[in-house]
Amino acid sequence: MTNSIAEVKDADVIFITGTNTTENHPVIGAMVKQAVNKGTKIIVADPREIELANYAEVYLPLKPGTNIALLNAMMNVIINEGLQDEEYIKERTENYEEMKKIVMEYTPEKAGEICEVDPEDIRKAARLYAKADKGSILYAMGITQHSTGTNNVMSVANLAMLCGNVGKESTGVNPLRGQNNVQGACDMGALPGDLPGYQKVNNPDVIEKFNKAWGVELSINPGLTIPEILNHAHEGDVKLIYIMGENPMVSDPDTAHVKESLENLDFLIVQDIFLTETAELADLVLPASTFAEKDGVFTNTERRVQRVRKAIEPIGQSKPDWIILMEVMNRLGYNKTYNSPKEIFEEIASVTPSYGGLSYERIEEEGIQWPCPTQDHPGTRFLHKDKFARGKGQFQAIDYVPSVELPDEEYPLVLTTGRILYQYHTRTMTDKTEGLTNIAPESFIEMNPALAKELKVEDGEMVRVSSRRGEILTRAKVTDTISNNVVFIPFHYAEGAANVLTNAKALDTKSKIPEFKVCAVKVDKIS
Amino acid sequence: MISLTIDGKKATVKKGTTILEAAKSIGIKIPTLCYDPRIVPHGTCRMCVVELEGSNKLATSCSTPAADGMVVFTETKKTTEARRTVLDLLLSNHPLDCLTCEKAGDCELQDLCYKYDVKESSFQGEKLTAEIDRTNQFYERDPNKCILCGKCVYVCAQLQCTNAIGFSQRGFRTHIAIPFEQDLDASLCVSCGNCVSACPTGALIPKRKEKFRYWETDTTRTTCSYCGVGCQMDLLTKDNKVVEIKPAMGTPNEGLLCVKGKFAYNFVNHDSRLKSPLLKKDGKFEEISWDEAYDIIVEKINDVKKNYGPDAIAGLSSARCTNEENYLMQKLMRAVIGTNNIDHCARL
Ligand code: SF4
Ligand code: SF4
Ligand code: SF4
Repeated sequence: MTNSIAEVKDADVIFITGTNTTENHPVIGAMVKQAVNKGTKIIVADPREIELANYAEVYLPLKPGTNIALLNAMMNVIINEGLQDEEYIKERTENYEEMKKIVMEYTPEKAGEICEVDPEDIRKAARLYAKADKGSILYAMGITQHSTGTNNVMSVANLAMLCGNVGKESTGVNPLRGQNNVQGACDMGALPGDLPGYQKVNNPDVIEKFNKAWGVELSINPGLTIPEILNHAHEGDVKLIYIMGENPMVSDPDTAHVKESLENLDFLIVQDIFLTETAELADLVLPASTFAEKDGVFTNTERRVQRVRKAIEPIGQSKPDWIILMEVMNRLGYNKTYNSPKEIFEEIASVTPSYGGLSYERIEEEGIQWPCPTQDHPGTRFLHKDKFARGKGQFQAIDYVPSVELPDEEYPLVLTTGRILYQYHTRTMTDKTEGLTNIAPESFIEMNPALAKELKVEDGEMVRVSSRRGEILTRAKVTDTISNNVVFIPFHYAEGAANVLTNAKALDTKSKIPEFKVCAVKVDKIS
Repeated sequence: MISLTIDGKKATVKKGTTILEAAKSIGIKIPTLCYDPRIVPHGTCRMCVVELEGSNKLATSCSTPAADGMVVFTETKKTTEARRTVLDLLLSNHPLDCLTCEKAGDCELQDLCYKYDVKESSFQGEKLTAEIDRTNQFYERDPNKCILCGKCVYVCAQLQCTNAIGFSQRGFRTHIAIPFEQDLDASLCVSCGNCVSACPTGALIPKRKEKFRYWETDTTRTTCSYCGVGCQMDLLTKDNKVVEIKPAMGTPNEGLLCVKGKFAYNFVNHDSRLKSPLLKKDGKFEEISWDEAYDIIVEKINDVKKNYGPDAIAGLSSARCTNEENYLMQKLMRAVIGTNNIDHCARL
């Protein structure tokens, strides 16, 4: 997030797109509603009529995968009506004219047709957002999990910059990170192209710095992303995978392909707290400890580095992951030892500029938001205050391109996937709490009453859903909160698993994110 | 800024600050039951009354703004009497159940009765007997223990913003209910438990697997391990088990949690936790020691490295693990094994 969580409450207008906030970031969702009660206006653009849509001044039920057309049309209205922030554009951005040229082609009428929304609502949304003094945008996987994910994100940034809505309190672009420590894992360089602090592997100065810090000769070969790792395993080029705390058998697209890839390995190591669907395939399983059994830090979605503290002793012979990793390193001949996570954190701070000023002592009472380069730096509540990290904000001219797999005669419906309040990710943790399993016991497919009628399917009936990858059985949930010809399945469940259907081949060219939010399926009545 | 004197001590505060907050700022704690800094003051319980110099009437400190030159007394004969009367009245319709009440040791009503020596009520009257509502999956509502402080209603309406519950009827029969007198499971309630965390008495109690008394537990402040909001919370533990979770005030969650953070901790002590390293032999897992496991890892990694090079090895790190662990995982892959094939599920 460029802003802090609490700043949500002081925005004048919040544009919410591709995040079902009250279900997936419930406490932020509650704060959005607190803001609405105090007078904040919200705009919601989402294919599903999520809870926050009920609070929205304007609700745009756009067709999945058409975000860029919508955003371009909003900018079209803003420029045509002279609502853009000229001064901001002049002083802090570049490439405005290029962007404008493309945006001018996207009239609300044209976008209305692509997105299947009322052009008047696009105008209303554009005006509302552009006229806000403090305009904030919240988004999540509904923006990023597309073959055009990177462009979607840049489009969002275009809109914010056009209105001067970046770099102020309660005013910014705020991606909400799904899992507790996605932010931290990225910050720490659990990415093929980035060392800790987003220092690039392909920068010789960076490599030299880390060679010195770690006393080794680092590889400068670019690494593989998860989808590529699986593909290479499938081809037989990757022979051994060491998985810590992930469950790709449920979380990744195209389960059949994932399974074949993992089975094709010479050796698979899985380190986890339970015998997950992925661990079942492993040659060696290592028992890890939960968050309650260890010390460390997580970095939340507002970049706040916060302490995790050991409350109980490790269960059974399980060990905290940091101890396992250290012991593996030592056995492999790298002799560095750490007595505690605190010592690891000190090393992190010494090689990661944005964490440079952080220490366990400083974050004891309250976490600190990075960047925090020095010991006397208070941390950063919102980013891009006087200028962008890279100098000038770069507008990008972005055209709308349809999703990779569109509905056709054989597979006439768009499937979009996501999460629900009462489950979490692949359920390895939430399925151990009875109350949650009682409320949300099994996979389901949301469909519009019109579609249900056409299929002669009743609410609660089991149906067969198939795509080019495979088929599943799941229960119909008939609801008018989803548009006709779109269906939604939560991806949590291994039984009736949404990712049997999703498309692993449709990846964003830059981020390699799979297109979970759009693939073509058909639904059949079973009997 | 304005200055006032509280129990002989000087406090300097911003205009608009209540007497209660002013007292807090100089370390004086005025007893309360219905007060919550996050909700609009409503002065329902009258526990927080204080004496003001030059006034005969007691003032509710939670809703009276501090004024320049004010002289406040927080514990006087008059306030003690007033508080005893409040407690006396509350107890007139409250079961004296502290021996077995789950809330004992963490109950504000119990603590205040102890402080002001109120053993039982002097009022002899009809006591309500209402059914306990056990229909919610995660907590129970015992209307007999409810003191009608209103916190749960206001927390649900003003902070969680779900408006699942409200006041129903008036006078003696007043109670907290959901519209049309239905059970909790029929309400809009999303089981966030924020009302449960705020309730000062045993009227709202989490359903428990373990029996424990609050004085037997240890408390550890930590960060929620579910979503990216990073709520701060206290784990209550007993005998190496997590027995309850309470939200922390302050950034970023301001005392709120969701159903997962508040109630979904059962996985930690679950029977099916992995408890030893497992090696697959002929399609079946067998328990092995850590030493054996490490030997196998070293052998396999060295083999693959020798025959196919380091880039035939890949690591999947985890958005569920700590920064320190992610740091070590990528360091293991890069510095020790020699490949940049390291990623995690940021995209999933
Ligand atoms: S659990 Fe949450 S939603 Fe339910 S009544 Fe309490 S505060 Fe309201
Ligand atoms: S249930 Fe608890 S919080 Fe709600 S009114 Fe009764 S005592 Fe107060
Ligand atoms: S309590 Fe809920 S909202 Fe808070 S971090 Fe945990 S999962 Fe997220």
